[in-house]
Amino acid sequence: MYPIIDRQELAKGTMVLITVEAPQIAAKIKPGQFVVLRVNETGERIPLTVAYKDLSHGTITIIFMIVGKSTALLGSLKTGDAIKDLVGPLGAVEEFTNVGTVVGIGGGSGVAVLHHLLQGYAAAGNKVIGIMGSREKDLLILEDEMKGLCQQLIVTTDDGSYGMHGLVTDALKTLVEREKPEPIGLVVAVGPLVMMRSVCQQTKLYNLKTIVSLNPVMVDATGMCGACRVSAGGKTKFACVDGPHFDGHEVDFDELIHRNNMYVRDEKTSILHSIRAK
Amino acid sequence: MTEPKKDELKKIPAGTELTVFCPHCHQGLGQYDPKTGKTWFRLHVKSGAAEGELFLSPVMEDFSKHSTIDLPDGTVVKDLSCPFCRTSIVEKEGHCGICDSPVARLMVLAHSKLIPFFICTKVGCPWHGITKADEQRIKPKVPRQKVPAQDALLRIRNFQEVPYGFTRELALAEAARCLECKNAKCRTGCPVEIDIPAFVKLIKEGKFVEAAQKIKEKNALPAICGRVCPQEDQCEKVCIVGLKDEPVAIGSLERFAADMERETGAVTLPKKAPPTGKKIAIVGSGPSGLTLAADMVVKGHSVTVFEALHKPGGVLVYGIPEFRLPKTIVDGEINYLRRLGVKIEVNALIGKMYDADDLKKLGYDAVFLGVGAGLPVFMNLPGENLCNIFSANEYLTRINLMKAYAYPDYDTPAPKGRQVVVIGAGNVAMDCARNALRMGSREVTVVYRRSRGEMPARKEEIDHAEEEGIKFRLMTNPVKFVGDNQRWLRQVECVQMKLGEPDASGRPRPIPIAGSNFLIEADLAIIAVGAGPNPVVFSGFPGVVREPNGYIRTIGPSGRTSQRGVWAGGDIATGSSTVISAMGCARKAGNDIHEFLTGNGKNWN
Repeated sequence: MYPIIDRQELAKGTMVLITVEAPQIAAKIKPGQFVVLRVNETGERIPLTVAYKDLSHGTITIIFMIVGKSTALLGSLKTGDAIKDLVGPLGAVEEFTNVGTVVGIGGGSGVAVLHHLLQGYAAAGNKVIGIMGSREKDLLILEDEMKGLCQQLIVTTDDGSYGMHGLVTDALKTLVEREKPEPIGLVVAVGPLVMMRSVCQQTKLYNLKTIVSLNPVMVDATGMCGACRVSAGGKTKFACVDGPHFDGHEVDFDELIHRNNMYVRDEKTSILHSIRAK
Repeated sequence: MTEPKKDELKKIPAGTELTVFCPHCHQGLGQYDPKTGKTWFRLHVKSGAAEGELFLSPVMEDFSKHSTIDLPDGTVVKDLSCPFCRTSIVEKEGHCGICDSPVARLMVLAHSKLIPFFICTKVGCPWHGITKADEQRIKPKVPRQKVPAQDALLRIRNFQEVPYGFTRELALAEAARCLECKNAKCRTGCPVEIDIPAFVKLIKEGKFVEAAQKIKEKNALPAICGRVCPQEDQCEKVCIVGLKDEPVAIGSLERFAADMERETGAVTLPKKAPPTGKKIAIVGSGPSGLTLAADMVVKGHSVTVFEALHKPGGVLVYGIPEFRLPKTIVDGEINYLRRLGVKIEVNALIGKMYDADDLKKLGYDAVFLGVGAGLPVFMNLPGENLCNIFSANEYLTRINLMKAYAYPDYDTPAPKGRQVVVIGAGNVAMDCARNALRMGSREVTVVYRRSRGEMPARKEEIDHAEEEGIKFRLMTNPVKFVGDNQRWLRQVECVQMKLGEPDASGRPRPIPIAGSNFLIEADLAIIAVGAGPNPVVFSGFPGVVREPNGYIRTIGPSGRTSQRGVWAGGDIATGSSTVISAMGCARKAGNDIHEFLTGNGKNWN
């Protein structure tokens, strides 16, 4: 059992932050890597990317959006409760090289993962520019942390309730075409698949290398089942061991979006079943 | 034995040509000799240091003979045995009616049945014959007992085990078929060398718990092996009874003994050697890891098994379905190991969470990699990533490990389909097909590129699948998966195959017939064409050299790898194989690990 030592609600309760005691994972995990957890005996195994680690306390922090039965179940746990199973670190270790300037683009709960990755790039000596977006002001997370990390931070909201009115891609366009900063060495995008697809379409035009962090359905997440297969560069890759980071220009996003919707109907069944059970 | 009397020996007329059989294995002993035009009967003979063959005339009252060793008249041959099963045929009690030497027992075909027949063991003595009393004792032949099983129509609606196993009566009847061969072949057919004749004899005597304990001297997991071993290719293949009849049902008897021991609560722990102070890390809790853990803990070592998943058992819990191997059985065996003192750490992904150096720092003196062949093989066909196409690993893991058959009480959903295509014809393919049926699919078709004779699954599994209504499309290979505009699978395009010359595997090479393409309607496809080595563990073991195909290179049968203090066994060293072969590897590695940790030989290479 893995005790939860801190729990906070972010973004009007749609997102939850939990800090879990897992010293061995904290000792090994690198930015961008993830864990798989199973809340209880009847639970699913779900992959979640780690937002922070704290070596001195032996903890890892996860920020996740409540989207279905399993994330709702995880979100319902209180400080002092425990998670039944937790395994990690999973995924390939990302190598952080100095490319000059890195533009990080985050959407929704992806900002948490982006923040961890940008920490890695900043530590490697890169200049870091951040773009983060959400539907409305109240759904933004980690703005202060991002501000502290990035030389420049552009915040967008779809409804214009805060920052720039528009999408993250609009901000990227403004940044690249109007502001023309120093040459951008790399773009890192983490967020909903549709957002990452749009970013990649755009960076292709600018010929900017783009790394995306993918979040397909996984079961064991150790390369054993192939649930998370992704077409990248015309080849089938396993996001759990070959990823979760891929060259965004090689990824077949349409296929992945369809594959990630495979269990939409089951998700409804699960939620209805859990409501009836109560 | 009844003392043979001379006046009873006249039943078979002189000049009758006898057909002679071994009384133990019932193998015919006749050997045609073109020189004499007679079919002599052959025995194995040992006299002093000399060993050879003795040929006796098959004609009643004709006492001519010859042998490959020197046997002067008057020699009493003490060691006379069947050339096939090597069981001695010299009787302990009976004596020759003329010279009082011991007699040897044979079987002859006379009066339309097999009857005992005795000959004197003194070379040159003409005494021979049968007795009335013995004739009466000839037992009717008992056929191989069938294992009762759930009816096919019933079982495709549940996940309960298919064979119920032997009852006490059936087990006794089946055990009685064993000949108790002294030079038992079955034992050599077993990768872990279980003393099969001994445990079958104990069952014969009604000592069921003792029988289980006898098996456990060599095999820590009899309830599992009794269920999933391919006995027909191992012990039962070489069983002497099987030469003339169906072999003794060794596997079912093994299962019976183990089940009796567990159900009667009679499981006892073997004596452990005093602690050696050595620590062993076992990576992977499948068949090889569990076997090694049991062996090592009994020898006094401290053993920790690391399992990446949340439940120990490896392929026994994620792969093999409930209806073939109930998970309570696996849990029982694992509890037994825990009671023995084996520590099991789940959620521990070696290679990521701990590497070789970490394990050394934690004080482990030896590491065994038994991580299995857990990498799913895909076919690289167009459309393979459409929705509702799964690897066998994923399909089985969802249903077995994640208990998707109990969805939505358990949260993991199972893939559903009305028309299911399973590609491949091994045991895993049969497991997938039969699971799909139980998950409510209307039609399940196994697609295989070769013919029936080449299907790699056990015959029992193929039979069970067929009884349950699984369809087989043989000599057929998929070439493309066709989806709808939502990218869900709708059809599998296949091509008809023909068989050509044997390929590297020795099986006929399947060749596609051009222009024979056709479509099979399918909304769920499961790819079960094999598995490969999962490389995850190796990031923590850079010193372990692998073969070009990705499996670990081991030095000799001991399972030593190129990294000092690291052994490997099971599928990760041998490639995809069986539960019992993995256990065999573990046994050999265990002997070497023990030797390395306690002996003087510290040289690695």
